[in-house]
Amino acid sequence: MARRDTQTEEIVIRGGTLVDETGERRGDVLVKDGRIVAVEEAIDAPKGATVLDAGGCVVAPGLVDLHAHLREPGGEIAETVESGSRAAALGGYTAVVAMPNTEPAIDSAAVARDVLTLGEVALAEIAVAGAITVGRRGEKLVPMAELAALGVRLFTDDGRGVQHAGLMRRALEYASGLGVVLAQHCEDEQLAAGGHMNEGAWSSRLGIAGQSALAEEVMLARDLALARLTGAPMHFLHLSTAGAIEMIRGAKADGLAVTAEVTPHHLALCDAAVATYDPVYKVKPPLRTSFDVAAVREGVVNGVVDAIATDHAPHAPERKDDPFDDAPAGMLGLETALAVAYSALCASPEQAAVTGDGHGWVTRGQGAPLPMKDLFGLFSWRPARIAGLDRDGRGPRGGLGGQGGPIRPGAAANLAVFDPSFEWVVDPSRQASRSRNTPYAGRRLIGKVRHTVFAGEVVVEGGAPRR
Amino acid sequence: MTASRTPTSSGVLSEHSWSDGDPEATGATGAGAGEEQFAGHSATTVRHLLSIADLGREGILEIMRLSDAFAEVAERPIPKVPALRGRTVATVFMEPSTRTRLSFETAAKRLSADVMTFTAATSAAVKGESLRDTVETIDAMGIDAMVIRHQASGAPLRVTDWVGASVINAGDGTHEHPTQALLDCYTIREALTTRRNGAVPPDLRGLRIAIVGDIKHSRVARSNVLAFTALGAEVVLVAPPTLMPVSLESWPVTTTGDLDSTLGDLDVVYLLRIQSERLGEVLLPSLDEYHWRYGLTRARAAALKKEALVMHPGPMIRGVEISPEVADLPASLVTRQVRNGVVVRMAVLFHLLGSGAI
Repeated sequence: MARRDTQTEEIVIRGGTLVDETGERRGDVLVKDGRIVAVEEAIDAPKGATVLDAGGCVVAPGLVDLHAHLREPGGEIAETVESGSRAAALGGYTAVVAMPNTEPAIDSAAVARDVLTLGEVALAEIAVAGAITVGRRGEKLVPMAELAALGVRLFTDDGRGVQHAGLMRRALEYASGLGVVLAQHCEDEQLAAGGHMNEGAWSSRLGIAGQSALAEEVMLARDLALARLTGAPMHFLHLSTAGAIEMIRGAKADGLAVTAEVTPHHLALCDAAVATYDPVYKVKPPLRTSFDVAAVREGVVNGVVDAIATDHAPHAPERKDDPFDDAPAGMLGLETALAVAYSALCASPEQAAVTGDGHGWVTRGQGAPLPMKDLFGLFSWRPARIAGLDRDGRGPRGGLGGQGGPIRPGAAANLAVFDPSFEWVVDPSRQASRSRNTPYAGRRLIGKVRHTVFAGEVVVEGGAPRR
Repeated sequence: MTASRTPTSSGVLSEHSWSDGDPEATGATGAGAGEEQFAGHSATTVRHLLSIADLGREGILEIMRLSDAFAEVAERPIPKVPALRGRTVATVFMEPSTRTRLSFETAAKRLSADVMTFTAATSAAVKGESLRDTVETIDAMGIDAMVIRHQASGAPLRVTDWVGASVINAGDGTHEHPTQALLDCYTIREALTTRRNGAVPPDLRGLRIAIVGDIKHSRVARSNVLAFTALGAEVVLVAPPTLMPVSLESWPVTTTGDLDSTLGDLDVVYLLRIQSERLGEVLLPSLDEYHWRYGLTRARAAALKKEALVMHPGPMIRGVEISPEVADLPASLVTRQVRNGVVVRMAVLFHLLGSGAI
């Protein structure tokens, strides 16, 4: 396998600012045999070593995505584990959790093994999430213990929420003691009532069936009550409303073992984007109001939110060539996530003007920018811990693990080099994903991943994939 | 051949939307916010007709004046002019509607245009072709205008990205039905003209118009709110809360759930069709209950001003939104609406495709 051959490569990452959980400092990094072997002020490159220029860049632990739809098996026309992992590497990710809403769903050890096998030659570590119920139909529990023994740590019916409260309670009770986390896609389907966008002023004006914020918040409230009852840990996927963020804040204050992720698009875009009727802006949960966007950003800045996850959801181009109501929901995310979040949370006011405010983009306010360390915490070590990918050499399959840093000698070499001053325009035709459904096409973003090192291999160099 | 709409181009949001701006930003919920909202639109440069907002006040008045000219044509022994000879108009109806399609096709033929008909029942759409492929194929045959009806809101706007032809919205989902609103304005204007012994009113200022029924799901209501208020009328929306849009932010209207309280002030009662599907969605207890609360009964008709007008976009369900005997009263303009539909659609086609004299 390509990976094993190149793991012996010696790499020097030179001239960057190291950012990890321990803080920020100047430093060069020497990588050999898949591991970081030295971190020093200045390192002379050994003969034959690959030198990666990190001047003006942040060198951080590789990003970890808790939420990507890699579509394999069953949806290979839109994405594969391989193409999705290339997109991930370009976005600075060294680990991705593949969501189980494939066809068939990842609801058995056999399917989980298949996806893990596909992941062995990918450009990033591929973990899988298992479904909570067989076929994601909300009726019977999957063999959770058998899947957990394969290293599956997260379980979710994502794409749908578990509608049946009694079944969700049993799932949480059964999961206790397996060392796994149940993750919920909060959407009460009766309240959602088939809505295609956020219910509010824009849906009323545009004549598109709306989906109330309550569809998300009612299921979240139910699950917080169940988490309280069972004591089981829970993770909440792609929260998007001001009310949901407030509920998570309250639950954490009460000591519940809950974590929450938000997506880059819910941090950047509001429902005004739908005025174009372009289904590229159709997503679950829907783009919310600018008030919700501000609340989600606030939740990220004040630490209530644990992770930024892409909800990378590729759809073949023709699926977005239908009207808004008929098109499937979902957006690409892996290749743009860090730049979108940086543009929305960290950019200076002068930089923020670069992204423009058209098509629903909510320009960053006058508040202090999110510190770089916090940004990478949301993208790397905090999600790594939620997915259990932080432990080195974890799992019976001998995966390298060691995601999320810190950057120190002996650690697994999973690193992203990010240039925060690089401005670029998103061109869907130049992305690695098999699909084109990015809501940022033509938009100027700030910040780009320059190099990605995965398990000691340079997978992205100068913004281009090595293989 | 596609009029590309790049995501970075400015002004797209306002081009076809309710008003220029964010509904959250305006904060307007009541009457009075309307008039200046539509003032900025140019009357002469539109290539497509997707929303009444594309026309604005001046554009609507221009269509009214053109309609007067075509109404004269309709009275001739041979009601046909060569204005669009050599041009091709395709009607693309992805949702069944014989009336609107026939009205457009009649209008096009009276302008001497060639007409192509494409309906969902005979189309590739049933074979799973995307809307984009369908309309690109039709466009490739060489057409000048595409009249599109689609069950999804915004479909005609999407189509403008894919075809070179002028696109005319003949009703999209629960969004807009601009030619219906234009023919309604024309019909009211015509009734006022008759009442004033031939003196044409400048606009609809001074009128109080109630739109009654399923506002939430009505494309006719959205277009008529824009059109009536652009012409200076006052609009009150009358519906039970379940059939009212969730948010009326930035709508230049007032609302009430009580039809009886407003009847005596009205110059026009505009009734919308109640679809029986709404019962399945539990938005109404029953059609009888709706008729009891909102139906234009003989008693309610008697409470109207003597000269008040009654309108309905059709198809009309007698016994639900209107009592059978009221539907046939002289105050009812329903058949005038249908007749004016052809004339106004001639005006729209000529406005978008024609040049020179009629």
